[in-house]
Amino acid sequence: MPEGYLRQSPLASLGLAARAATAADAAGVTMGERERVMLVNLRGDGVDRGFLDRVRQALEVDLPAEPNTAAEGTRHRVLWLGPNEWLVVAGEGEQLAAALDAALAGLHVSVTDISDARAVIALSGAQARDVLAKGCPLDLHPRSFGPMRCAQSRLAKVAVLIDQRDDAPSYDLYVLRSQARYLWRWLDDAAREYAVRIIRP
Amino acid sequence: MLLITCPFCGPRDESEFACGGEAHIVRPADPAALTDAQWADYLFMRKNVKGVHFERWMHSHGCRRWFNAARDTVTHQFLAFYKMGEQAPDIAPVSYTARPAPRTDPALPADPALHTDREGAR
Amino acid sequence: MTGNFRLPSGGRIDRNRPLGFTFNGRLYRGFAGDSLASALLANGVTLVGRSFKYHRPRGIFASGAEEPNALVQLETGAHTVPNAKATQVELYEGLVARSQNCWPTVEHDFGQVADLCAKILPAGFYYKTFMWPSSFWMKYEYFIRRAAGLGRAPESPDPDRYDKMHVHCDVLVAGGGPAGLAAALAASRSGARVILADEQGEFGGSLLGRRDVIDDLPGAEWAARMAAEIAENPEVRVLRRATVFGYYDHNFLGIVERKTDHLGPNGGQGMVRERLWKVRAKQVVLATGSIERPLVFADNDRPGVMLADAARSYANRFGTRPGSRAVVFTNNDGAYGAAIDLADAGIPIAAIVDLRADVQGPLPTKARERGIEVLAGHAIAATLGSKRVQAVEVMLLNPEGDKVHGTPRRIECDLVAVSGGWSPTVHLFSQSGGKLRYCDQRLCFVPERSKQVERSAGACNGSFGLADCLDEGYAAGAAAAVAVGFEAPPRAFSADQPGETAPRALWVVPGKAPVGHSKAKHFVDLANDVTAADVRLAAREGYRSVEHTKRYTTLGMGPDQGKTSNVAGLAILAESLGKPIPEVGTTTFRPPYTPVTYGALAGSDVGDLSDVDRTTPIHDWHVMAAAEFEPVGQWLRARHYPKAGEDMEAAVQRECKAVRQSLGIMDASTLGKIELRGPDAVKLLNMVYTNAWDNLAVGRSRYGLMLGEDGMVFDDGVTTRLGENHYYMTTTTGGAAQVFGWIEEWLQCEWLDWRVWATSVTEQWATIALAGPRARDLMHELCKDIDLSPAAFPHMAMRSGRVAGLPARVFRVSFSGELGFEVSVPSSSGLALWIACMMAGAKYGIAPYGTEALHVLRAEKGFIIVGQEADGTATPIDLGMDWIVGKKKPDFLGKRSLARSDMVRRDRKQLVGLLTKDPNIVLPEGAQIVDRILPKPPMKMVGHVTSSYWSGALGRSIALALVSGGHKRHGQTVQLPLEDRVVEAVIGSPVFYDPEGKRLHA
Repeated sequence: MPEGYLRQSPLASLGLAARAATAADAAGVTMGERERVMLVNLRGDGVDRGFLDRVRQALEVDLPAEPNTAAEGTRHRVLWLGPNEWLVVAGEGEQLAAALDAALAGLHVSVTDISDARAVIALSGAQARDVLAKGCPLDLHPRSFGPMRCAQSRLAKVAVLIDQRDDAPSYDLYVLRSQARYLWRWLDDAAREYAVRIIRP
Repeated sequence: MLLITCPFCGPRDESEFACGGEAHIVRPADPAALTDAQWADYLFMRKNVKGVHFERWMHSHGCRRWFNAARDTVTHQFLAFYKMGEQAPDIAPVSYTARPAPRTDPALPADPALHTDREGAR
Repeated sequence: MTGNFRLPSGGRIDRNRPLGFTFNGRLYRGFAGDSLASALLANGVTLVGRSFKYHRPRGIFASGAEEPNALVQLETGAHTVPNAKATQVELYEGLVARSQNCWPTVEHDFGQVADLCAKILPAGFYYKTFMWPSSFWMKYEYFIRRAAGLGRAPESPDPDRYDKMHVHCDVLVAGGGPAGLAAALAASRSGARVILADEQGEFGGSLLGRRDVIDDLPGAEWAARMAAEIAENPEVRVLRRATVFGYYDHNFLGIVERKTDHLGPNGGQGMVRERLWKVRAKQVVLATGSIERPLVFADNDRPGVMLADAARSYANRFGTRPGSRAVVFTNNDGAYGAAIDLADAGIPIAAIVDLRADVQGPLPTKARERGIEVLAGHAIAATLGSKRVQAVEVMLLNPEGDKVHGTPRRIECDLVAVSGGWSPTVHLFSQSGGKLRYCDQRLCFVPERSKQVERSAGACNGSFGLADCLDEGYAAGAAAAVAVGFEAPPRAFSADQPGETAPRALWVVPGKAPVGHSKAKHFVDLANDVTAADVRLAAREGYRSVEHTKRYTTLGMGPDQGKTSNVAGLAILAESLGKPIPEVGTTTFRPPYTPVTYGALAGSDVGDLSDVDRTTPIHDWHVMAAAEFEPVGQWLRARHYPKAGEDMEAAVQRECKAVRQSLGIMDASTLGKIELRGPDAVKLLNMVYTNAWDNLAVGRSRYGLMLGEDGMVFDDGVTTRLGENHYYMTTTTGGAAQVFGWIEEWLQCEWLDWRVWATSVTEQWATIALAGPRARDLMHELCKDIDLSPAAFPHMAMRSGRVAGLPARVFRVSFSGELGFEVSVPSSSGLALWIACMMAGAKYGIAPYGTEALHVLRAEKGFIIVGQEADGTATPIDLGMDWIVGKKKPDFLGKRSLARSDMVRRDRKQLVGLLTKDPNIVLPEGAQIVDRILPKPPMKMVGHVTSSYWSGALGRSIALALVSGGHKRHGQTVQLPLEDRVVEAVIGSPVFYDPEGKRLHA
């Protein structure tokens, strides 16, 4: 892991930290970049008990089997991406990919560090759902979607993984790093009518 | 805008999907053994069905899984969705009477209304 | 004629809020709650425009979306809106509008001469007249466009904001009249998620313009209360000024909501002007109402001729007198209700002229009791007046309805309130794929069979009575809710409706002279000036299909899309063909129901949001270095880095020179990158690449060509073996998504049992290419833990280590033909690595080079670019790359196609180098190659130039080309006919520079 000052988050050039509000201004939407999140893409046979057991031992959480759901462990959050694909999310500091790779050695799996491949934008507030609805065809109404639900879809003109964190509602949006600036611009524009406050999540 | 049911993610907007054309085209086991005509048949020839068409779709903006679907190309109604590797469901074909050849009698209407005749529809 | 035509009291206008507005340069006053049309009528302005073709004076004809005449140019400059229907424009302070189709003024219009020349402007006039000489069409068009009656589009950028919103619901109710409100009540009371949308600023629909009573409340009052109740429900979204304009597959509907238009161009500061709602509804209730039809009679277009229900609405809703003395002309009972309302508003009814000989129903009886003269079995045979109707001539109608007779009776009037019955607004139903049925009793098309999950209720279903509308609406709303698992309480409101007797079908009302044989015109379509005579002419000329007739006569093709004219036009065609109406069929209804702005369709996808621009982790450096960018796919790549005073050519030559003589650095982060893991990874590589992969050692790389099953090259790249069952594949920038998709498709659809996982890591790694004779010197400084000697780290090898302190994968590859390293580090560190290289490389004169220099360098080496040399029609053999095709491999994707007869033809276009005889001429890319020059085309083309550059290293121009049979033509001279000269060039090897590859392996 390189020294922190050598690393640039995908939205670093926007100077979001400096623009983050200090006072709790009234805002319909808060937005910020979630930095230094460890991400591992995990591929494996979702019906193989041996694989699932070994993952549980390593991550201390069951891989979500139900499509479009999340599972929360003590150190990790795991998002369903496909019937044999998951995203493991952890805080900074862990050698997550190497540790998981070692723990699953000998199995037909793929453990890939993609921490640098995604930007994570945290979007929250009473109007956050409306902001997403401007560009996303998913039904995010509380009757259809809620905390511990996640889904991959489109947002504006890019592919996005949406992870709902709470009832505020708060969402973590995972987007390709190269498309993060576009998506930020788009969100900023879409949220303008609701009053946006930039935060440091 | 179609509503397509991914076998994993459920009903999603068409804009999340990519259509891969006709389903159940199996790659020949030994291409070298085929004649040019046989290879061309595999490579180029596709059905252009008026009625139930089996086709494959990918949930490209979702779970990125390929799956198969049976779609009525006239009504856009989906009759089945099923995972890759699963057998195509037995769906009775819908027969649409072919559009009649242009009539020579100018007194007759040139543009007959679409006539559908469902045999054993669901 | 102007003056005060405002009624002393009544209407839903706010008389305490006067509003000033300008029409054709004159100031007028109206009130809040007025439409532009009602405000004009209240000021006595009845002449609002000139007709499309004949430039005849036209007035306000309707009161809603069906208006064919009163199209105005609203506002000016960037805010201007052409073809705004005055009936739909809500009045605001300072509104500015103009008539459109007139010059110099609407009162004195030069184009009126067209009316005098009507004989030469029949149906199909344009097709008949302007097709010869064909090259003149453009010139004719210039004048026709200017003479035709449409507004002008704004010429400056749209200053307003637009956006879109996806929304899902259990029940969508389209239309907020009595049926729609009842449906929305039922559905919302059930707890379902409901959307109620209405195109007007106020809910109520027909209730707003009539004097109906529901539950002892005035209809409009009831509507307001119900709308308020519905809106209170948190699961209901109520949209006003929102037109459901399109009904697409699988219950997907489009709604455009006009959020600020009623506030004027500057009233909605910062707000979104229009929002496009993209609705996916589980159930739809269509309650879109109905549109009154006019009667087709002689000179039925004069200002003052107006739909009866519109006249009534102007009196009841807007407190406006649409005239001072009215004649009502009808074929049905409904217009009697209008007549009574007009009489009650103080507008004397001179007579009701009814086409039916026997008039009995409850409404006619009521009218007679009021002392209104009813002329049964009569027809209006003529209208008099020019810019406003002054009188009508009424004559007896024969039982067959084809002649009028007796002495014409002249009745003075300035308003002719006309009703030819009602057409259900079946547009959305028809768009949804539903099948229509012609109803002989009600003389209209009604929904017959649904195709989608939808119910029509009320007037749009052919049920015109108020009680029926409430009944059907509530039932439809409740049924829709039940269908999605909710339960609606029973209905607890009701209304009365008078019984009605049948209307009379008479599609062309005879005039004094036979139709088309005098100056009198029987208009069917007012918007496009199509007359009954035009439709009959089309039938005589052989048109049978309504779709063809429509296009030939332009019937129903105006901005109003024939809302008041389609049924009459169809009936007249059927009559002329001697067929029943159902046999002629109806035209197709297509979205949108009313025009939708481009702004709403574009939404916020404009300006810097118009497309995604993907940027690399090093992008900010390129920007600061004043790089010129070019889009590659969606990526923004640095094309070159001009220094002060340099043009592109100079910058590219300098960058190339640095690479050839010292050191260049390039941001290659955009290359596609895929990790392959699993025991079958090598099997996969053997299938997707043309060459063999079995013996690639760990830590070594290999170049591969990827073919489609058709044998054509579609991507290339270098793949490295990272571990036992672990490979790292790179692709072209533009092909990354395609290659990843290609691999996934084969693994998921064909080779389901192969044990290999593919994961895209394009964005995980920032990649920097270092190229040039000093590349190793720089690497030595930055990297201490890898043995960089040529023996230990040869060309096409890969090592892991730390570069500039960053964890890196280092590859020895080269696309420039020079000694090259590609260093990949996690993307977050990409900028740090770049800066470290720039700082350490300064002593070697390190130069960043862009894609343009890269293209020159690789062309000097004869390396292909997918998309230029491999253009989708080239096989590896065509490209002279037989060496990479594994002949001994039993199979790979595309292999069989290489043996197809067409692929082994000797005259296939093959990749060659091309050197111009004059070394200073740089050929244009795409230039055609011929063997023999003829005085003029056509000449036999034998190939084309795919890449062409000035090569600084060689001191001359170079080009790559695909030439028929080119591999066997080295040394031959070909000709390239350019626009201004013919260039001679000699075919040769495509490798121009360092053909032995000594520099590469240095």
